[in-house]
Amino acid sequence: MSFSTGMTWAVVFAVFLLTIKPMGTYMAKVFTFQPTFLDKPLSKVENWTFRMFGISRDSSMTAKQYGAAFLLTNLLWAILAYAMLRMQQFLPFNPEHFPAVNPLLAFNTAASFVTNTNWQAYAGENTLSYFSSFANLSFLQFVTPAAGAAVGIAFVRALAGKKLGNYFVDLTLVCTRVLLPLAVIVTLLLVGQGVPETLGAYLHAHTLAGGTQNIPRGPIASWEAIEHLGENGGGFTNANSANPLENPTALSNIIEILSMGLVPVAFFYAFGVMTGRRRLAWTLTAVAGGFFLVMLALVYFPEQAGNPILNSLGLATHQNMVGKEVRFGMGGTSIFETATMAFTTGSVASAHDSFLPLSSLAFYLGMFLNMVFGGKGVGLLNMLMFVIITIFLMGLMVGRTPEFLGKKIETREVSLASIAFLLHPLLILGGTALAVYLPVGMKGVFNPGPHGLSEILYGFTSAAANNGSAFGGLGASLPFYEISIGVVMIIARYASVLAMLLLGQSLLHKRRVPETSGTMRTDTPLFGGILFGSIIILNALTFFPVMALGPIAEQYLMVAHHLF
Amino acid sequence: MKMKMLRPVLGVSLVLWVLLALAYPFVMMGMSRLLFPYQSQGSLVQLNGRLIGVAHVGQNFEPHLQYFWGRPSATTSVSTGKPEPYNAYASSPSNLGPTNQQLLTDVQQRIRFLQKTTPGLQTRKIPADLVESSGSGLDPDITVQAALIQIPRVAKATGLSTAFLTQMVDSQVKGLQLGVFGKRRVNVLQLNLTLYQFLHAQK
Repeated sequence: MSFSTGMTWAVVFAVFLLTIKPMGTYMAKVFTFQPTFLDKPLSKVENWTFRMFGISRDSSMTAKQYGAAFLLTNLLWAILAYAMLRMQQFLPFNPEHFPAVNPLLAFNTAASFVTNTNWQAYAGENTLSYFSSFANLSFLQFVTPAAGAAVGIAFVRALAGKKLGNYFVDLTLVCTRVLLPLAVIVTLLLVGQGVPETLGAYLHAHTLAGGTQNIPRGPIASWEAIEHLGENGGGFTNANSANPLENPTALSNIIEILSMGLVPVAFFYAFGVMTGRRRLAWTLTAVAGGFFLVMLALVYFPEQAGNPILNSLGLATHQNMVGKEVRFGMGGTSIFETATMAFTTGSVASAHDSFLPLSSLAFYLGMFLNMVFGGKGVGLLNMLMFVIITIFLMGLMVGRTPEFLGKKIETREVSLASIAFLLHPLLILGGTALAVYLPVGMKGVFNPGPHGLSEILYGFTSAAANNGSAFGGLGASLPFYEISIGVVMIIARYASVLAMLLLGQSLLHKRRVPETSGTMRTDTPLFGGILFGSIIILNALTFFPVMALGPIAEQYLMVAHHLF
Repeated sequence: MKMKMLRPVLGVSLVLWVLLALAYPFVMMGMSRLLFPYQSQGSLVQLNGRLIGVAHVGQNFEPHLQYFWGRPSATTSVSTGKPEPYNAYASSPSNLGPTNQQLLTDVQQRIRFLQKTTPGLQTRKIPADLVESSGSGLDPDITVQAALIQIPRVAKATGLSTAFLTQMVDSQVKGLQLGVFGKRRVNVLQLNLTLYQFLHAQK
């Protein structure tokens, strides 16, 4: 491992470790309405908004009301996003005169951005106007992660035995107190590294070699900041953060990595503060952190060793540089890809389709689990879902009624958690099976052999995990994929979130049972280990067969120098 | 319940839209222009008042023998779909998977092309980045080794000595950022610009 790889990883880990406590404490303060240093400039605007639209900070919603408010805002945003894409040619700030986005693509894009997925079946730099970027999709990059975080906060309140709270208050505060202040800082840091931030039209350069080059620019830095802070992942351009316009230096690469992880990691600690279970929060952080390290190793070492087929040509170096950029180094590229899959961002600093099969296992792992910190709020929800299932399994083994945070876990809770858990493989495997079965699905395959199956599988996994990255060879702009992936994104986002809200409500209304010496402790390394193990077992049972047909088969064939 | 909820749904969305979709980008554009006038506008590279490119976006120098070449680029033309290397208007990787025959063929062809154009170039001297295509198709950099092995070709085409060109490449090497991050590399556009200015200053 090179010096620069070691330092890059050390800096990223150090920043996460140093910020988790202050950032988590700050967020817990915001969401328990305690004073913070941002009250002065912001509370006037917020309070005016709440008064103006009849929102009361103190009145709490029921799970049904909270869920309805969540769905209604999302529906409104989706309709507006769709309409604005369809009317792109009439809207301002369109210096390249891009026409309206076609109906299927507009549906897919609206569904994708409103579900915080940011799957893109188009190339941004030759499809979208500046207005569509900053006033339409970038808006969704703020509010949709905020809406997901709001649900996470409501769930945490329920676990703490408090009322769920008001959705509109939570939504607003995530935007004004967490995302916006960070976005301002990150934008300026990125511009300093060379990311454009302008309304100026595309540049026409006359190159030294006597050709011309049409170079996009635009308000890229402000997009890039919220793209990562909201774990959105939709790129301003097609190549996303591999494009030097979006990610020009090794340092901008680190800034983007930190932007995606800062809030989701601290969310775990905020959960500990709000429920008074800091030790449990650290246990869960350790479990997620453990998976992060596994993924990082799984990405880095195979790529560093290179593709045996190409290595046999006898080149000077063996790193797999297909689809990668020189400036980040292998260490920087690996931790970016690990972070983007762990935090379910879905931006990419290299081409995932060209990664080696073993490295791609890490990508699938991040999306299958969806709780290696995950998106803010939503990742924690998924983690707690696994906690509840694990507690239930442990209870079965020792023959006791399982409890979590002083509440009995009974049929209803286990059912809801199971629905949330099983929905994920159902959408992924069902979608993949359908695509493989139908000729229109197979038409989208770009790489032959087992890698083709991996491409389809990756697409549906990305949609179900609301990740948004892709094996870019897949023909995502085929109508079949625009529709099926759009539908999967919508079901995945809303069904699981609503199931978890109902679960929170149901726990809230239970009587608290006193902890005894017979209560299974959840804040110990022992439980952390069991949780880690049961997450692996549950997911291996679900996904191993399809992994064996895709990446694992390809790994064996690659070692045997088999080409397609 | 639904009607009562409509007011906050619309109201909060509107306030947030004004704040996040209008105020935020415009304030950011203003501040960026003020604080980073060069970077915020796109880091333009000009030569005698003519725009020749952008500092961190690679461009195509092939098949001109007198220039250093960048990495293979898999970008295509939006209108025709045909290969158009370093098309910044349509950034894209090749997306070739590790067991795709095309990947091996492309790399082998690239090696042969380099060996045909560069006298005495051995395969074991060629670093992977010079024969494997980049993630954006616009990678501005190559590794130091990838620049050094091109010197015999550039020397032959320009008449400059290899010692002088080696010195020129060395002077263009960008170290690790802040001394720690990323990779030692050479920006191909900047290297070629230096070369171009030297050749034209002589005339």
